[in-house]
Amino acid sequence: MTRHTLSVLVEDQPGVLARISALFSRRGFNIESLAVGPTEVEGVSRITIVVAVEDSPLEQVTKQLNKLINVLKIVELEPESSVARELVLVKVRADQETRSDVLQIADVFRAKVVDVALETVTMEITGSRDKTEALLRILEPFGIKELAQSGIVAIGRGPRSISDRALRPAERSA
Amino acid sequence: MTDQITGAQSLVRSLERAGVDVVFGIPGGAILPAYDPLMDSTQVRHILTRHEQGAGHAAEGYAAATGRVGVCMATSGPGATNLVTPIADAYMDSVPIVAITGQVPSAAIGTDAFQEADIRGITMPITKHNFLVTDPAEIPSAVAAAFHIAATGRPGPVLVDIAKDALQARTGFSWPEQIDLPGYRPVTRPHAKQVREAARMIVEAKRPVLYVGGGVIRAGAHAELRRLAELTGIPVTTTLMARGAFPDSHPLHLGMPGMHGTVAAVGALQKSDLIVALGARFDDRVTGKLDTFAPDAAVIHADIDPAEIGKNRTADVPIVGDAREVIADLVAAVTAEHEAGRTGDYAEWVELLDRMKATYPLGYDHPADGTLSPQYVIERLGQIAGPEAVVAAGVGQHQMWAAQFIGYELPGTWLNSGGAGTMGYAVPAAMGAKVGRPDAQVWAVDGDGCFQMTNQELVTCAINEIPIKVALINNSSLGMVRQWQTLFYESRYSNTDLHSHRIPDFVKLADAYGCHGLRCESPEQVDATIEKAMGLDDAPVVIDFVVHKDAMVWPMVAAGASNDDIKFARDLAPTWDREE
Repeated sequence: MTRHTLSVLVEDQPGVLARISALFSRRGFNIESLAVGPTEVEGVSRITIVVAVEDSPLEQVTKQLNKLINVLKIVELEPESSVARELVLVKVRADQETRSDVLQIADVFRAKVVDVALETVTMEITGSRDKTEALLRILEPFGIKELAQSGIVAIGRGPRSISDRALRPAERSA
Repeated sequence: MTDQITGAQSLVRSLERAGVDVVFGIPGGAILPAYDPLMDSTQVRHILTRHEQGAGHAAEGYAAATGRVGVCMATSGPGATNLVTPIADAYMDSVPIVAITGQVPSAAIGTDAFQEADIRGITMPITKHNFLVTDPAEIPSAVAAAFHIAATGRPGPVLVDIAKDALQARTGFSWPEQIDLPGYRPVTRPHAKQVREAARMIVEAKRPVLYVGGGVIRAGAHAELRRLAELTGIPVTTTLMARGAFPDSHPLHLGMPGMHGTVAAVGALQKSDLIVALGARFDDRVTGKLDTFAPDAAVIHADIDPAEIGKNRTADVPIVGDAREVIADLVAAVTAEHEAGRTGDYAEWVELLDRMKATYPLGYDHPADGTLSPQYVIERLGQIAGPEAVVAAGVGQHQMWAAQFIGYELPGTWLNSGGAGTMGYAVPAAMGAKVGRPDAQVWAVDGDGCFQMTNQELVTCAINEIPIKVALINNSSLGMVRQWQTLFYESRYSNTDLHSHRIPDFVKLADAYGCHGLRCESPEQVDATIEKAMGLDDAPVVIDFVVHKDAMVWPMVAAGASNDDIKFARDLAPTWDREE
């Protein structure tokens, strides 16, 4: 199964997230990652969904998503032509003996230390999933006390915007 | 916009502006404000049903028989959840209905208040769209959008849930002249290039078949379909949802495909080299085991819902569009092919199918003990009532026999629960159909199991002067389940004996409901009883046809089996190879 990143523009209406997540579960797809936020257009939200499916079921779920009245546009972002990032906050066990090692790892990964306590260091890292996964693998032996991870957000490279064409009223009937 | 009216008045005015002439429903606490101004409406007739499920199926029957949007109304909580089955049914069969439900006051939403249910959440996966309205100013736009969404594109159910305080509050009324739904743009015009490609494949095919689904009925494309069939000479199959889309009497009609389809129709799809699917969705009850379905066929798949195309079977030529426009364009494109000297030659194929039709017609045996054969009753009913009559069926053996042994000539004369298979559909759906088409003769062909789920609506029919007729095919059992027990569970009849030859007494029940009750127990009485029922129009009629319980529906493709393994009677398979 391959991983696909979908950017879904939706009307910012109550229940729209429930409609989308319910559709995925009803049609038997597991959402690996999901992130919701506003866009540059008022009243329009962007949902970034990462799913692991084959191409043909992906086409089916995209078509089903398109049938939701509140869904305005769906674009699959290809890894080579887009940037995808997630944010991780991780609280690592770090006593006097191990703290400098932990801080050094943070430095190598360009993670930002946001809190230090006697027994722990909390750091923030943004990046691709590969990068955050690599950091977490290395921190694992020290003892990860707590982990908070955002969904992936992604955007296409180049000058164009996915909301360019979809949301201009003049082209709605086209 | 001045605050001159209540949200409830705004709702009733919105329904009037949407063109509603009848609402089926039951009042209750949360929807109560709406029922007060409803009483004053001269345009909207409210029919008080005896159960919300009845209201929902009545709205479906109204919609299916007239092509207009059916409307049902219920209160919050259990009132709304009782609509869930008909809403799910309408979703599966693409029936345009709008359900209006009352919701607890907005301040109480989420508190587990009395009669609170999250009906918007509950119906999300079974509606085309739904709304929760808490601002009275939004009532007209929500109602307008609901009717627009229900009726256009692939039709379906839409629910509008309105909080009680929004119904009670003062508000202005502004009916939207335009409906602004930027995320809803159904494509109805087919792509010309795809249509030309389809026409090219049609004239090149050797063994083509038209696989006609319910979309052709919903789109009102029966005239175009007939033109296409006659222009090309391609044989036609009509699915359970499409009975009536093409005249059964037409020589090109092979009948219904699928689990209980005719040998000719099932075989035509199975052996074809080109399937032209029009408003059909390759349902598992049609395809049988999918990976052995029509192995040699290329597929042209036209549907208004792009998500149906390629869902179950890959389409070689996908066409997104309204069936009527697609078929009209196909007629033009095929005509152009013909004019260019390219015509299809299907003579050998049609001859083979005609032979199959003649060799394996639908048939049944009369029971040796002289009791009534259910198929005979249904066949006679179709012949006596005639092609103008509207037939609504329940779900099970009687439904299949009514699909097989009644000849349908006109669209909108066959109503049933195809996708969902909802027992209890027939009586309330017949009621809705009769309300929508009061001049039509409307029959519910029902089983004794189904009938006992929703027969309370006969009271609604009797009181509101909706004289439907019920042909109760009483085999005293859950017949289809029993048939499966006979075939697949060594005739161990676990919980399928309803004892309805003894209890209830359906004639007395009909009488108690203010209906005429008739009973028929022998073949000699069948015609006279049906004719007598047809003469009784002052009240609904129930005929208790006491039939033999061992009759089975044939042909049959067992669930999960390949269509190649169709049996036209128990252990009897048709022989195609010898015919070829």
